[in-house]
Amino acid sequence: MKRDRMLFLLGAALAAVIAGGPLLPQWALFILTIAFAQGLVALGLMLLLRAGLVSFGQALYYCIGAYTAGGLGRAFGVSDVFLQMIAGAAMAALVAFVLGFLLAKYRGIFFGLLSLALSMILYGLIVKSEALGSTDGLNVARSTLFGVRPAADWVRYAVAVAAAFAGLGAATLVHLFLKTPLGRLAPAIKDNEIRVEYMGASVRYAIHVQYVIAATLAGVGGALAATTVGHIDPEMAYWTTSGEFIFIAILAGTGSVLAPFLGALLFGAIHGLAYDLSPHTWQMSLGTALLLVIVFLPEGLWSLFVRRRTA
Amino acid sequence: MSTILAARGVNKNFGAITAAADINAAIELDSVVGLIGANGAGKTTFINMITGYIKPDSGGIHYEGRDITALAPREITRLGILRSFQIPQLYGSLSVHENMLTALGIMLHNAGRGGFFSLSRARQNVPGHDAPAEEVAERILERFGLMEYRNRNTQVLPGGVRKLLDIALTLAARPRVLLLDEPTSGISAEEKFGIMEMVMKAMKAEGVTVIFVEHDMEVVSRFAGRVLAFYDGRIIADGRPDAVLGDPDVRRYVVGEPHGQDERAPRA
Repeated sequence: MKRDRMLFLLGAALAAVIAGGPLLPQWALFILTIAFAQGLVALGLMLLLRAGLVSFGQALYYCIGAYTAGGLGRAFGVSDVFLQMIAGAAMAALVAFVLGFLLAKYRGIFFGLLSLALSMILYGLIVKSEALGSTDGLNVARSTLFGVRPAADWVRYAVAVAAAFAGLGAATLVHLFLKTPLGRLAPAIKDNEIRVEYMGASVRYAIHVQYVIAATLAGVGGALAATTVGHIDPEMAYWTTSGEFIFIAILAGTGSVLAPFLGALLFGAIHGLAYDLSPHTWQMSLGTALLLVIVFLPEGLWSLFVRRRTA
Repeated sequence: MSTILAARGVNKNFGAITAAADINAAIELDSVVGLIGANGAGKTTFINMITGYIKPDSGGIHYEGRDITALAPREITRLGILRSFQIPQLYGSLSVHENMLTALGIMLHNAGRGGFFSLSRARQNVPGHDAPAEEVAERILERFGLMEYRNRNTQVLPGGVRKLLDIALTLAARPRVLLLDEPTSGISAEEKFGIMEMVMKAMKAEGVTVIFVEHDMEVVSRFAGRVLAFYDGRIIADGRPDAVLGDPDVRRYVVGEPHGQDERAPRA
């Protein structure tokens, strides 16, 4: 039996974050943690992309995860990173389970725009809600880990390690899921739904399950972002946020569960660099980067590694 | 012989067009039935009603004594009624082998409850087969002479091979009844008989009852044990191939022989 290289890579990445984290400056730890948060959302998008679905509204679940984490702190004084992530995931999963009955019926542009519409409804609701901080948003209490409040210098490191556990743990589960009969069904659904149905499988069920998984991952990502940034606002549900996730997913490609995190890291780097070099035209730099990826690496970042291996 | 599948008083209209008018037919276990008729006579509608894609306006479809009229296509599939397509329905981005594995994966998926809990099933025997998916896939591909195309993408396969794979995929589900919609359409005259021979042999070995739609009367008379001739949504003749193909109405309305030239043999 061939050993699974991916599980080894995921383990190595986790070890690298734990061992290398203390050497990194605070800003780098911040970028790394946000990359894990966004990578989680992109990982979910990757699942949907494999089935031929593009969600323009993953920010919905990112925002739900973030506000659940923030709300948990404000209402119950819970600031534990893991509890926040679990709550964010649960709330996102619950909402996705309900909305999934509707969305699993749609394909193509209809699926995309319906998901976008739902995220914009949440955006509108939060903006109009004083209790949720309206456009100003809310502050999130400083993170704790298993009841311990790390020293100020170590908070970023602690959260980054927690993010690595969550992100790479999720990547491991998704990696295993892709080997299940249900996980393997996605490319078949993308290719030919008629055949899938006439072999006795329910396409809607398969899409519903993957939609809920994608939302759950986005919920974890949102909670992580909330505790990392220390602030949540309705922009997290705005369509441009969804656009960033699609950007990362395309950057990454669907070749590997590790790719979304690398994609998110690269996105963070391009974003940061572009902003530093030219604060007024950073969107143009991002756009150019995406253009280059689509033209030269249509299968995404991961194809760089795959090509080298087969060469 | 016992009846495995029956249509009882089935009617279906699409607006002013009658696609099925009081169709009654009992299909016997292990039989090979050919459906003939001009385009629009109601053959494909008949197949679509059996597989649940189209619901009859009245009447019912019964499978092993059970009324399956209201079931969804995938539920009917799970009962053992499979179909192939006039235009092969394959997974275009996958190889021949992956197409077969996906079909077998669906059997595993249907047997489990999906998700993570079916992970361990990937190495288990495929339901209805006595081996894991990899092994069953090789066996079926071998049986249909598809091994040489194993790793080829299905989009670049010749038409005949695509047709064969389309039919071979159904074997993953261990069908009890197989409906073939024009299995030899678009296939060259030289290949037709070879392909039908291979398919029929495989289905006979598996004990599958076969119903096939066919326009080539030579193929029909060679492979069908019984023929149903459709015209205008009705069955106008039902019986042994020689009897049905010799029927004056069939020769006139189905085979397309000009009126008044009944003495000529049916056109092949």
